[in-house]
Parts: sequence; structure tokens; C-alpha cells
Amino acid sequence: MSQESGHYYVPAPSAYPIIGSTALFFMGFGAALTMNKMELGYGLLAIGFAILIYMMFGWFGTVSRESESGKYNDQVDVSFRWGMGWFILTEVMFFCAFFGALFYMRVFSIPWLEEESTVLGQGFWSAYDGTWPTTGPGAHEAFTPMGAWGLPAINTLLLLSSGVTCTLAHYAIKENRREALKKWLLATIALGAIFIACQAYEYVHAYNDLNLKLTSGAYGSTFFMLTGFHGFHVTVGAIMLTVIYFRCAAGHFTADKHFGFEGVAWYWHFVDVVWLGLFIFVYLL
Amino acid sequence: MAAVHGDAHGHGHDDHHPSGIMRWITTTNHKDIGTMYLWFSLAMFFVGGTLAMGIRAELYQPGIQILEPELFNQFTTLHGLIMVFGAIMPAFVGFANWQIPMMIGAPDMAFARMNNWSFWLLPVAASLLVVSFFVPGGAAAGGWTFYPPLSTQGGLGVDLMIFAVHILGASSIMGSINIITTILNMRAPGMTLMKMPMFVWTWLITAYLLVLVMPVLAGTVTMLLTDRHFGTSFFNAAGGGDPVLFQHIFWFFGHPEVYIMILPSFGIVSEVIPTFSRKPLFGYSSMVYATASIAILSCFVWAHHMFTSGMPVVGQLFFMYATMLIAVPTGVKVFNWTATMWRGSMSFETPMLFSVGFIFLFVIGGFSGVICAIVPIDIQVQDTYYVIAHFHYVLVSGSLFALFAGAYYWLPKWTGRMYNETLGKWHFWLSMFFFNLTFFVQHFLGLAGMPRRIPDYALQFADFNMVSSLGAFGFGMTQVLFVYIVINCIRSGEKAPQKVWDGATTLEWTHLPTPAPYHSFEKPPVLK
Repeated sequence: MSQESGHYYVPAPSAYPIIGSTALFFMGFGAALTMNKMELGYGLLAIGFAILIYMMFGWFGTVSRESESGKYNDQVDVSFRWGMGWFILTEVMFFCAFFGALFYMRVFSIPWLEEESTVLGQGFWSAYDGTWPTTGPGAHEAFTPMGAWGLPAINTLLLLSSGVTCTLAHYAIKENRREALKKWLLATIALGAIFIACQAYEYVHAYNDLNLKLTSGAYGSTFFMLTGFHGFHVTVGAIMLTVIYFRCAAGHFTADKHFGFEGVAWYWHFVDVVWLGLFIFVYLL
Repeated sequence: MAAVHGDAHGHGHDDHHPSGIMRWITTTNHKDIGTMYLWFSLAMFFVGGTLAMGIRAELYQPGIQILEPELFNQFTTLHGLIMVFGAIMPAFVGFANWQIPMMIGAPDMAFARMNNWSFWLLPVAASLLVVSFFVPGGAAAGGWTFYPPLSTQGGLGVDLMIFAVHILGASSIMGSINIITTILNMRAPGMTLMKMPMFVWTWLITAYLLVLVMPVLAGTVTMLLTDRHFGTSFFNAAGGGDPVLFQHIFWFFGHPEVYIMILPSFGIVSEVIPTFSRKPLFGYSSMVYATASIAILSCFVWAHHMFTSGMPVVGQLFFMYATMLIAVPTGVKVFNWTATMWRGSMSFETPMLFSVGFIFLFVIGGFSGVICAIVPIDIQVQDTYYVIAHFHYVLVSGSLFALFAGAYYWLPKWTGRMYNETLGKWHFWLSMFFFNLTFFVQHFLGLAGMPRRIPDYALQFADFNMVSSLGAFGFGMTQVLFVYIVINCIRSGEKAPQKVWDGATTLEWTHLPTPAPYHSFEKPPVLK
């Protein structure tokens, strides 16, 4: 704790939180109406997104201006570190829910369904073969599962090397090599973007060639929800890296104080680790 | 490290403050935000309470009188959701906002603007929930636990509820990260972890529980949403999923949630009892360890909510014993509170009355909890009024009574004025009487087999239901008295001194004037 400085820092009042709440109000209603096929929903959703983006630009902009003007002391820096750390833990727990669902289906519910079908015999989902990957006993549309050693393996390489370039960028910022910093950041963003493109191609391939859909029972649900949420997080991470790139280009951060960069790097490594879990449990096993 | 601060003089935060409504909308002050949390939760308490009155009015007599069954189900569902997420949890966060910075010698919460957002998300979520009553198909009606397949079948109301839960979850996560960071990083020099007031400790542990389980709830409702609209099969056996999977994930959130709603109340009671016994808290460190043990154990007991859903005997035994184990650290706490009072120089002002009432009634709820943990008994009482009685004993006479204790205890510090002690005592005794009238008889109803969530019942349950309903109306009316007491205190209470309670020892009493200044500590206080 570094309170020797004598004074605490309390940020000035801000209207961005209420703007963010307004955005979520529109998005909540908009999404609920959209999903129930009500026309009004699309408009509300669009307004909500627009307000949210405005809020994020404004809020994050304020924070980086305050940071650059030297308003944040060491204590604020430590607060940001704690905050980001626990935020990443909540993200981990969010993914845990979906991994938990995957394990539960594979270990419990599908073997149980297989057992039941042999006990109950003909007429009740007769002779359900519960081998993974499965659509479940009630679905009939066959699909081909996504193999691990094609695109997913390349994706693994992409993300792992993006973790390396991100760390190289971190070394660069600590040694005040600004050109190298920008170069490695750009490389990280590019690898992330290629990854997202590959995932998009994989989805098209799954729908068009493999007949693998979100509706393909247990396998389809877990495959698309896990990879989908991961892909969403990669996208968010890449956007955050892009923001950091432009901040670096504008001369933000110093060799000692650059938590904005570090926080995003932590996030990027978290996304990386989740992918390793996905590669093993969704693609490989 | 140079002193970096918003202005040159270091004390004039107030210069750039908007006034009027914009003060409240844009505020970054923990006291303003705490006040908003508390008023919001009080309002929600009355919304949820009105639904409860509707439920009890329908159950006053057998047969269908007032509420059609569909509407009755919506009432029970929204009563639970609003009380849990709208009343009890925000009230505790309101206390955390007001008290934690003052108790640890900090100027404010660590993330003051995020703090504002955590609050202002709540009215959004509440409006989604309340509006859902008026959409085609009505509000969610599958119970506050929204089990599928009921919740996969409902209409627009269920979707509104799902998004409300998402937003409430985001609010709780931001709030708890804020609380953790504040406690770990903003303590005054010399305020070591093991010197923190118990209320701060209980909130630290509660906040950890929140960051662990709230995202899991978000995941669950997301699966529910995709099952409803995008054809996934998480909770659909035809696709290889399982409705019971929902129960597992939900209760992995839901059981720690129970402790999220009770641990801060342990904290409040642990502040009030030493003050009015004029003795330090007995067994401080064992209180800390007991709180942590309860929190850790609470993550491994979730399936005791599902004994009748079907699970292997080994699972039943594990969850039964793990659940009973929680009684041990809880017992430590009750022992310590009692030992604190032992040979103390006690006085019984309203906060103390509510705290002693809390111990007495919470122990009853705790014991019926141990009874429910026993698998063979649980199979008998599952989904009966016995369970309703059990969790209202821990949530109403537990969490809510502790909230009242805390409110009376700190109102003078917050407002600078005393509440009316006579009326406060009336509030306690009436609450005590009507609460027991309402819920004690429900134990008998449950043991006799009356199922919950049904608007009608067999004739033999009529007398006890009438008693329970009368008690509920009385309890509801009594709470209006609380609002009167609070408003009366703010408007025309007597001026309160700095140290209202002679036995109080925490920083807000010893270091801050009454009413607490807008910015508590501009510089870290010097601690002995």
C-alpha cells in the first residue's frame, strides 16, 4: 500500500454509468423482443448497441486521459491490478459453467440415456447408441464432428504464438523500445485476427459441409457455445489490443507505468489458456 | 511518489459536484451510492412484499379467491426473485458502501465510477422484471429457481427475467470486485487484515463467493436462453442434455447465494452485539475462520436442494454430511455471540433487540436446515411448506432482521439524528410476533404435507393457513412503521453525538463526526 503520498484519489462524478445503464435497458428489452420475433426489438437493440459503444468510447477515453495526465497514484495502479485479476476469475467461472455442462453430458446424462434406452427397449428412443459425438437420442439428422488436427491445430499454433508476441511486446515496453513494442503488438493483433477468420471459416465449413449445427444435440450445443463464447472473447481481446496499439502509437504508457497494456495482456493470456482447454476437451477428446 | 490528486488543495472535491438529480445520477461518492442502494432495496422490499401479501391473501382460505393459478405462480416467482436480488442483496451492498470505507479508514470505494454503475444497473433490471407482468403471457411463472422445462416453455416474460438476471449479475460482479479491491488495497496504514471489523471480513468473504458463483449463474441463464430460442439441447434429454443439469449448475450458484445473503448479516450482528454488551467480540479470529469455512463448505453442498431429483446414494450421503458440517462453523458463531453477551453490561436498544432476535430465530432456521439436510426427511418435506418455513426463518428473521439491526445501529451516524427508540422497539416486537405467527405454523403445514407453489389446498390446512395469512398481513403492516421511523428520524430526530453508542469501537464512531462527512477520510487516519 502506498499511502505515504498523503492524499487519496477519488474520481470526479461521471454520467457514463447511467448512459451504460440506458444502453443495457434498450439491449435487454430489444433482445427479449427480438427473440420473440417482435419487430420493435431490432430497433431497440440497435439503439442499445449504439449507446453502449458511445459509453465505452467516452468512459475508457476519460480513464486513459486521466491516466496520462498523471492523476493515478500507485494505489490506484494496485487497485486496477486487483480489479482486472478478479474480473478474469469471473470470466474463468463463466467458462467453467459451460465446461461443466460438457463434462456432465459426457460423463452422466448421455450414458444414462443409453442405459435407459436398453432398459425401456423398443419404442422409446430404441437402441440409442450414446457414443460421443452424439446428437442425443431424439434427433435424427446425422453430422460429422469437427476433427482436431486440421484447422483447430493451426488455430492452437496461432494463439500460442500470439501469446509469445504479446510477451515480446511486454519486454519491449519495459525496455522502452517503442518501435519493437508497436511491431509485436501489431503481430499479436494480426495473429488474433487470423484466428478469428479461421474460426469463421470453420463455422461455415461445419454448417455447409459437415451438417454440424447449433441444433445438433449435445455435441452441437457444447461445440458452438464453447467455441462461440471463446471466439467472442478473442474478438474483444483483439479490439482491446488494437486500442492499446493506438495508445502506444500516441505515446501513452511509460517503461514503469503501463497497466493498461498489462491488463490487456493478462486478458489475452487468459483467452489463450481457455483455448487450450477447448482444444483438448472439445476437439481432441 | 508525488501526491496526485484532483485539485491543488486536496479537500475540495465538492467544487465540481453537480446538484439536484444529477448529483445522484453521476455521483462517485460511496455514501450517495450507499443511500441509493438502501432506498432502492427498501422500495423493492415493498414490491416483493406486496406480492407476498397477494400470495397470503389467496391462501387465506381454500379455493381460488383472488389470484388465478397462472398469476399466483407469477407472484411466487417474482416474489422470490425480487426479494433475493432486489431487496436483500442490494441492501447489504448499500451497507457495504456506507460502512466499509468508513470502517477501514478509506476515502471511498476503490472504483468509484464503477460503483455508480453497479447501482444504476439495478433499476434497469428491476424494470425488466416488473414490466414482465404486463407483457403477453405474463411474468415468469416457473418459480424463482426457474427450472426447465417450465422455464423453457414460458413466453416473453421469461426472456425479460433472463436478461434481468444477466444485468443483476453484472451489477453484483462489479460490486463485489469493487469491495474486494477496496478492502485489500484501501485500508488505512495499521489496519491489518486481522484488525478489520467483522462486518468488513464477512463482506470480503461474501464478495469472493459472489465473483465465484455469479458468472456461473450467467452461464446457466445463457444456456436457458439458447435452449429456448436457438435450439441447443443443454436441458433437453432428446438432444442428450438433462433438465437436472440445470439444477446442478443453478444450485452451484444458488447455495453459495444463500450464504451471500447471510454472511454480511453475521457481520452486522457481530458489530452490534459487542457494542451493546460493552465487551469486545468473543473469539474474533475464530469468527473469521468460521466465516471462511462456511463460505468454502457452501460451494460443496449444492445438491442437497436436489435429493428428490435422483442421484446415486453416495452422492446423497456426501451432500448430506457436507451440509451438516456447515452447522459446525455456524455453531461457533452462535457460541461466540452468546459468549460475547455473557456477563456483559448489556442494554437493549432496538439494534440489539433485532440482533438477539436474529440469533434466536436464525438458530431455529438453522436447525430446520439441518433437519432438511437429512436425506430421508428431506424426501418427505421436499417442496412443502416446511421448506418455506425453514428458509424464511433464515432469510427474514436472519438476513432481514440483521438488516434492521444494522439500519437502526448506523442511522444516527448516517443522518446525524436519532430515530425514535420507542417506535423502534415497537417495530421489533411487532415484527417478532407477526413473523413467528406467519412462519412458525408453516412448519406444521409442511410436515402435514401441504405443497408449496400451489394456490389451493386441502381443507385440513385451512386453520393454520388463516393464522399464517393474518400474521403475514400484520408483518407487512409493521414494515410501514419502519419507513415512518426512518423518515421521522431524517426529518425531525434529535441531534446525535459523534459516538452514539458508548460501547462502539469501530472507526466511524471513534474518528468521524456525526453525521459522517461527505468524504470520510481525505488522509489516512492514524491508528493506534
